[in-house]
Amino acid sequence: MSQAIHGAIGRRGFLAGTASAAAATAILVSGGAILKPSEAWGYEVKALKPGTMRTLVRMARDIYPHDRLADRFYVVAVKPQDEAAAKDPAIRNLLENGVATLDAAAKSKHGTPFVEVGWEADRVRLLRGMETDPFFQKVRGGLVTGLYNNQEVWPLFGYEGESASKGGYLERGFDDIEWL
Amino acid sequence: MAAQFDLNDDGLVVIVGSGAGGGTLGTQLALKGIRTVILEAGGRHEIEDFQNDEWGSFAQISWLDPRTTSGTWRVAKDFAGLPAWIVKAVGGSTIHWAGASLRFQPHEFKARTTYGEVAGANLLDWPITLEELEPYYARAEDRMGVTRTNGIPGLPGNNNFKVLKAGADKLGYKACHTGRMAINSQPRDGRASCRQIGFCFQGCKTGAKWSTLYAEIPKGEATGNLEVRPNCQVLKIEHDPQGKVTGVVYADGDGNLQRQKARVVAVAGNSIESPRLLLNSASNLFPEGLANSSGQVGRNYMRHMTGSVYGVFEDKVRMYRGTTMAGIVSDEARHDPYRGFVGGYEMETLSLGLPFMAAFLDPGAWGREFTSALDGYEHMAGMWLVGEDMPQERNGVTLHKETKDKYGMPVPNVHFDDHPNDVAMRNHAYRQGAELYNAVGAVRTFPTPPYPSTHNLGTNRMSERPRDGVINKWGQAHDVGNLFVSDGSQFTTGGAENPTLTIVALALRQADYIAEQMGRNAI
Ligand SMILES: Cc1cc2nc3c(=O)[nH]c(=O)nc-3n(C[C@H](O)[C@H](O)[C@H](O)COP(=O)(O)OP(=O)(O)OC[C@H]3O[C@@H](n4cnc5c(N)ncnc54)[C@H](O)[C@@H]3O)c2cc1C
Ligand code: SF4
Repeated sequence: MSQAIHGAIGRRGFLAGTASAAAATAILVSGGAILKPSEAWGYEVKALKPGTMRTLVRMARDIYPHDRLADRFYVVAVKPQDEAAAKDPAIRNLLENGVATLDAAAKSKHGTPFVEVGWEADRVRLLRGMETDPFFQKVRGGLVTGLYNNQEVWPLFGYEGESASKGGYLERGFDDIEWL
Repeated sequence: MAAQFDLNDDGLVVIVGSGAGGGTLGTQLALKGIRTVILEAGGRHEIEDFQNDEWGSFAQISWLDPRTTSGTWRVAKDFAGLPAWIVKAVGGSTIHWAGASLRFQPHEFKARTTYGEVAGANLLDWPITLEELEPYYARAEDRMGVTRTNGIPGLPGNNNFKVLKAGADKLGYKACHTGRMAINSQPRDGRASCRQIGFCFQGCKTGAKWSTLYAEIPKGEATGNLEVRPNCQVLKIEHDPQGKVTGVVYADGDGNLQRQKARVVAVAGNSIESPRLLLNSASNLFPEGLANSSGQVGRNYMRHMTGSVYGVFEDKVRMYRGTTMAGIVSDEARHDPYRGFVGGYEMETLSLGLPFMAAFLDPGAWGREFTSALDGYEHMAGMWLVGEDMPQERNGVTLHKETKDKYGMPVPNVHFDDHPNDVAMRNHAYRQGAELYNAVGAVRTFPTPPYPSTHNLGTNRMSERPRDGVINKWGQAHDVGNLFVSDGSQFTTGGAENPTLTIVALALRQADYIAEQMGRNAI
């Protein structure tokens, strides 16, 4: 019964066709950390309609746009919403109805569902129109930890995370600033 | 060996809370040979349990029991259920604290006299002076190992400090250094020196930073006179028909109610829980709450004027490396009404990790203005602004009329409205902070709103006259001789300085007083 999200399965299929794809496509990002792109791609929805999930992912990027972050980080960030929806019908309704309202607004303004509105500025205007709604607040609130508390995104922001096990920064550049 | 006392032992000093106030008082009493039990609502998490993980640590040791908020402060909107950031664990908020340890300035003990009448403010002079507290400040600094006192060198400056210092020099500020910190810059008192780990707010993994958890309580326990009972939340203080307190009722780790008898009770649950407990201990004899004949219990809540300024620079700063509070500018701490407000403020470096930065930089904000700021995370420097706020009678803690916690105790509501003086000071501080960073080439600065309160003060204030406050100059309740308040809720006014050194100094002084009073059988 579970269906994979449109964009996600496409890329997953691509990866699956390549031998040891995950290893081969591991991305070396600034700061030297290796990110494994494999996990999040194949996310399969538990309770929400695939289209709803896809809209939430688009919304997530429009709310907190970071051009250097791949979609999979946004998928991971909204995943807890789907999980919560699976446990609580009230949350599922809130999300499904919220997306329906957003799509209705997009259709009346642009003639297309939200995800197909071409310009970010237009999508953001639609979101501004509903930013005090419980639906929007729930999605945005979840993203604060869903997106930024994911250790895999930290290197992309230059945040190094845990340091005690490495002996702190005393000998690792706590005072290495040179441009002053 | 840590003591184990009987519930019916009525010769004990019973302390509620094991943080800066309670942990210090309990240890000091034990060292003086006085049998003491500390009841602590939170668990005992030792250094090896600390996590270099902001949300993980927050979930592990914060006070997350339900609280409500009201008033015009922005925290009530952004964090309606979390008015304050307080630790619920043995050690209290001294696990999370940054370590800045500053003495009050002389005039700050005389706020009413110095500032005069400030409309809407419930200002009062402290019943003690700096001279009276000085010997105890000296003892507290020695005990806590405060840098730049007792011949202890300052900590080395990290990247965040270097930006602050360069900006301070450009603006002509003179009083800028790496602070007076209760963090070992060299091994001392059986604790290691700071390794610049950078998670001071999550518990110090080296033990370099002073905390009652490992720097005080074990010394008290070693005397055999101190017992610390974790996971024990005190719900009520009881008294006899003469109005002397006789003990406390608490819920133990299994949720069972227990009654611990006491000769003396000292309340040190931090400025939200302490008045909550007194209010919840109302009785026929004390219908408005214990020790509340003045009506001041829970009032005059102060949280310091706070705010932060973050600056983004062309090049990398990596402010998160090393001590969180790595330096200070004190030039604005003076009282100088020509700036448009009374009292002063300190500027202290601050760094948040990416997860907390996302939550606190501009709560509720979204879109590119916000995310482009976070994109500059590695290029950011940050400072916290902390100054004296005005005590206002309406700001404070009340018992919620309907909502109760899991033990049936009404949850506290925390009400706060900024005073115009607080607003004027914050605006001044935002301006100076931004200028400081602009002077060293900031491309953008952010005036970040206050976080949930870390400095909670004033809700059981000291006063000369019983009608103006809850306790006398020793922290002893005006109404009840064997009841004490031993935490930050004692503060008559807040001063510009971070409060913990003063809390510890007051606790050491109070220990002398309690010992003397017990010795004379006065209590
Ligand atoms: C992130 C952060 C950074 C800080 N940095 C600094 C700094 O650099 N300098 C500075 O001076 N201050 C700083 N502070 C503030 C400092 O931590 C507090 O001022 C100080 O710890 C307050 O001491 P206290 O004794 O009043 O309360 P706490 O230390 O909070 O202790 C109160 C204890 O009482 C317990 N308790 C409460 N109610 C009950 C009950 N009913 N029964 C049993 N136990 C109870 C609590 O669980 C808690 O353990 C910081 C605080 C935070 C959160
Ligand atoms: S930076 Fe220093 S004081 Fe802070 S947690 Fe690390 S070792 Fe402790």
